[in-house]
Amino acid sequence: MKFPSLKIYALAYLIFLYAPIFLLPLFAFNDGTIIAFPLKGFTTDWFAKMAENDTLRHALTNSLIIALTSSAGATILAVFAARASTRYKFRAKGGIMGLIMLPMVLPDILMGMSLLLVMLEVLRVNLSIGTVILGHVIIALPYAIAVLQTAFATLDQSLEEAAVDLGETRMSTFRLIVLPLVMPGIISAFLISFTISLDEFIVAFFLAGNQPTLPTYIFSQLRFPSAIPVIMALGTCLVAASILLLSVAEFFRRRGIKRTGAKDTGGFL
Amino acid sequence: MAAKGESWLRSDAAQGYALISPPAIYALLLLAAPLATILAYSFFKDGYLTVIHEFTLQNYLATWSDPIFRVILVRSLFVAGLVTLVTVGLAFPIAYYLSFGLAPNQKARWIFLITIPFWTSYLIRVFLWKVILGYNGVINSALEGIGIIGPNGLIADPLQMLNSVGAIALTLAHAYAPFAILPIFVSLEKIDRSLLEAGQDLGESRWRTFLRVTLPLAMPGVVAATLIVFIPTVGDYVTPELIGGGKMPMVANLIQAQMLPLDNRPLGSAIAVSSLLVVAALALVFLWLNRRFLKVGK
Repeated sequence: MKFPSLKIYALAYLIFLYAPIFLLPLFAFNDGTIIAFPLKGFTTDWFAKMAENDTLRHALTNSLIIALTSSAGATILAVFAARASTRYKFRAKGGIMGLIMLPMVLPDILMGMSLLLVMLEVLRVNLSIGTVILGHVIIALPYAIAVLQTAFATLDQSLEEAAVDLGETRMSTFRLIVLPLVMPGIISAFLISFTISLDEFIVAFFLAGNQPTLPTYIFSQLRFPSAIPVIMALGTCLVAASILLLSVAEFFRRRGIKRTGAKDTGGFL
Repeated sequence: MAAKGESWLRSDAAQGYALISPPAIYALLLLAAPLATILAYSFFKDGYLTVIHEFTLQNYLATWSDPIFRVILVRSLFVAGLVTLVTVGLAFPIAYYLSFGLAPNQKARWIFLITIPFWTSYLIRVFLWKVILGYNGVINSALEGIGIIGPNGLIADPLQMLNSVGAIALTLAHAYAPFAILPIFVSLEKIDRSLLEAGQDLGESRWRTFLRVTLPLAMPGVVAATLIVFIPTVGDYVTPELIGGGKMPMVANLIQAQMLPLDNRPLGSAIAVSSLLVVAALALVFLWLNRRFLKVGK
């Protein structure tokens, strides 16, 4: 075993990363209204209360609509961008891609406030879940592109050339050869975008108007100590859902890499 | 002429432009144009419930002459700097271990493990730090449990950890950890392993090889990690609000207050543009210093 002390450090680091997440189910199933130790006893009341809550159900519906629509939009746009940036050479490619990838480093609040200004002052439209969808596409797009770029970059171009030589058009080559090979990457990009949108708070906070989404609902409830146990239960469900979505995304990402016969260099981004 | 135009249409460049245009147009309309709108609004006058479209520098004067803005900006930069230092410092050994200490087939699994917490509800993770650090929180009740805190313990009262810059920095360092690990890992992966063997064959110790070969070659990753952590943390809204209890506002909280409750959007825009310029200037200085330092190093 190489670097034994580094390995211990790495394990300690993983514990630090996961510590807060491990606390979540402890309090979600804890039979007490105060979030503190010692734990009182086991209960599933908070999950039952969560299921009865109408505002929460409304927020969940909104969040699911937003996440489905915006991740579909982001994934479609990302297919264009990833294909263009990995397969073609053209002027100003760096600048154009830089602009599209900018939200990865830009603080979310800038996106939130600038879109708010445009919607209210320039376009004069009412805030709704539609405006949140427009914002979430911009936020998720860079991550979807990052996932898809690996998928497109590992494609063997000679496969396409062979198809063209055998009389297929560019379009049919894309549909018959490229698309099936990058499909796992597309699914992975969609799931990543979905997870991002489901968890996104700032842009939804600025752009949702009076419509609740799950994160803005959670944020509004964190001020009330009596609401916290239900939020812990909700958090447990959300984390479980995120882990599930990401595991499926990772499965497809790996399958995509295996399909194109490339070496796995690891990870999203 | 027509033939030339047609061949251009079939060329790689034309195909590339055709493909890139949908996402590029979307980014122009919903990213570049809104950012330009902030810039424009920062020069407009604020009327009662409306915005008067007349050029003024009043918002910038108001921003920079306000001592509260300066305090908040300095605090934001300090917190972000601290977070960046801690995150990148803690992340480097992890990235090193991932790249050099693991068998290739284990790498993807570790990276997946590290990225999972990053993708799970940011709000709830931040709130859990409040639970951990709070007056009745996990740390205090654990210390009480083993008798360090209490009437007979070393410390009489539970520790007051929330509402401090340190608590904000710890929470943000936790949130941005994977952002720092991945760029460093990528640059370490690119290092040609034979260079390291060459260094050691020529009589350098392991440590000297690390300092003279590995570290300089990993610097692009460290630089990327620094910027990718520093810039978003300056603009973080949630952590100062929840962990700082509203008593330790950072720039984003100030902007939010101007944009939504106070409804002075030109002033909010001027604050945002001012902060962004300061951050951009710092980032450029950092990049310049780094380039200079690396050139001298050669």
